[in-house]
Amino acid sequence: MIEIKDLHKSYKMGSNSLHVLKGINFSVEEGELVAIMGSSGSGKSTLLNILGMLDVANSGEYNLDGVPIKNLNETKAAKYRNKFLGFVFQSFNLINYKSALENVALPLYYQRIPRKERLERALKYLEQVGLKEWATHLPSELSGGQKQRVAIARAMASEPKVLLADEPTGALDSVTSYEVMDLIQKINDQGNTILVVTHEDDIAHMCKRIVHLKDGVIVEDKKVKQVRASEYV
Amino acid sequence: MKFLFDRNTWQEIFGSISKNKTRTIITVIGVLWGIFIYIVLAGASKGMDNGFEKNFESVARNSIWAWSQNTSIPYEGFKKGRNIRLKVEDAVILKNRIPEIQYIAPVNTKGVFGGEPALTTRGFKSNSYAVYGYAPEIAKIATQKIYDNGRFINEEDMLQSRKVCVIGERTQQELFDEDEDPIGGYIRVEDVYFQVVGVHKFTQTTPFGTDGDIFIPFNTFKKLYNTGDGTQFFTIAAYDDADVIQVEKDIKAVLRSIHRVHPDDERAFGAFNLGEIFGKIMGFANGITFMSLVVGLVTILAGVIGIGNILLISVKERTKELGIRRALGATPNEVRTLIILESVFLTLLSGIIGIILGAGVLNLLNNLTQDIDFPYTNPTVPIPYVIGALLIMIILGTLIGSIPAQRAVSIKPIDALREE
Repeated sequence: MIEIKDLHKSYKMGSNSLHVLKGINFSVEEGELVAIMGSSGSGKSTLLNILGMLDVANSGEYNLDGVPIKNLNETKAAKYRNKFLGFVFQSFNLINYKSALENVALPLYYQRIPRKERLERALKYLEQVGLKEWATHLPSELSGGQKQRVAIARAMASEPKVLLADEPTGALDSVTSYEVMDLIQKINDQGNTILVVTHEDDIAHMCKRIVHLKDGVIVEDKKVKQVRASEYV
Repeated sequence: MKFLFDRNTWQEIFGSISKNKTRTIITVIGVLWGIFIYIVLAGASKGMDNGFEKNFESVARNSIWAWSQNTSIPYEGFKKGRNIRLKVEDAVILKNRIPEIQYIAPVNTKGVFGGEPALTTRGFKSNSYAVYGYAPEIAKIATQKIYDNGRFINEEDMLQSRKVCVIGERTQQELFDEDEDPIGGYIRVEDVYFQVVGVHKFTQTTPFGTDGDIFIPFNTFKKLYNTGDGTQFFTIAAYDDADVIQVEKDIKAVLRSIHRVHPDDERAFGAFNLGEIFGKIMGFANGITFMSLVVGLVTILAGVIGIGNILLISVKERTKELGIRRALGATPNEVRTLIILESVFLTLLSGIIGIILGAGVLNLLNNLTQDIDFPYTNPTVPIPYVIGALLIMIILGTLIGSIPAQRAVSIKPIDALREE
């Protein structure tokens, strides 16, 4: 599904240049649930941003579902993001003046799906995350866990090939974190490919594979025995 | 262009502006105020324009009254200070020599410019009124409004020096009973009986005149008061396309040559030139119209710039939202379109509300000035002005909106998402 070869990324900070990713080689099969771990500054978020086409690598190859991702302009990147990727952010990033349902329907709007069908599909995904009754509520009326579940529903609504989650539990307490991870595991059980960036060990062990990043290189890449989050809930 | 007619686009725009009510209202007020001022100013100046026109509608707009005075320069053996008397035949010479003259009529009066008003009686009722010796042409120079059943002095009255008269509204009220028909009745003007043939509705068609004036045929006046071939003044109307100032100069020059007055003597003849005054007033009205258009357009411009300003701030405020939209697959063009259409929609919405409010205020002003003596009638804004203003607003809205729109897409989605 995802194939990365010799990926480099550096940022210019004034006269210095900060080498964040120093040759990443990495591939993900369909249906995997991968945790990307590392301390802050290890380059894990940068890697996720490049995978999410929010950022561009300096060199290296990136193939997504057989499509080479290169020479992206903003318009093309936006189309690919819409077609291939779903995003879950640490700070939820819901649009605060839209209801939960409208938030979930937003990626479908950019796929030019008519409003009625859009809302129907959005409601279906809200039901999957157990928030059907909260459809008309604004994000400010939801708890953190509920917001993240709306965000996951939104990421899933466009039926992406890969779900990218950047610290999805970073802003949540542990009980809520497990609930969210339980949801992510269930989505993975349906055969979806998911990448989770985290720095929490227990969250990482709820995935099927852990990739350790340190100073811009992968230091460890191992399969683990998945801990079901439902055990804690 | 397809997106313009796409319901989804508008749902998205409407959602975005209806959920940010305070911002929307503040934005709207700016342009609303601008277009409101524009409509009210344009309409009010048009109303004043119409008001002036209405005040002058019953009189030929290029009429001139010319009279004689005393000479101020000795000439051909005459010493200065000689009193000049206009003659009825002067009218023929003036008309022959000055082709711009359409109508010219001599007028004699009693009790207007000196002299006692004529004591008029009917039965036990009496009062004194000014008497005018009028030729039928007067009606062509200054339209006479005559009440039903009546008529103005005609050619036959003139030729036969008939003893008929047209009386004023006040004269009728004072000499006749309320339910009495004055037409055909007789009144005595200084010992001579006149038959009333008409009652004129008073309008200010001359620089003088009241609602009590009695008009009699010029020839009758001549016999009654023994004025011979003399006349007090001429009432003259020039053709519509004539230069009235030049016509006035020509009239005075011809009169000077007829009456052997020094060519440079400015004091010998006087004239009241309504055409000139009318021209000045219309020039003033045009000036006001032009100024109100300029002020209105500048106010609209200020309003639209205000919208741009607020949108610029709102784009900054919405950086994160726009970042999310782009992460979810909005292309830069879609984001740009969203901002520009928001700008145009807000501009148009406030424009239309402003036009409606402006029209309401104009209507109110019209009602308030209905019964007072103020030159203000039917204030309207020509449709091309309104459409023009709307077009300007759409164009300016697009131009101004494209600044924040460009700002919105110049931020990378990743930076936008990081914004807290």
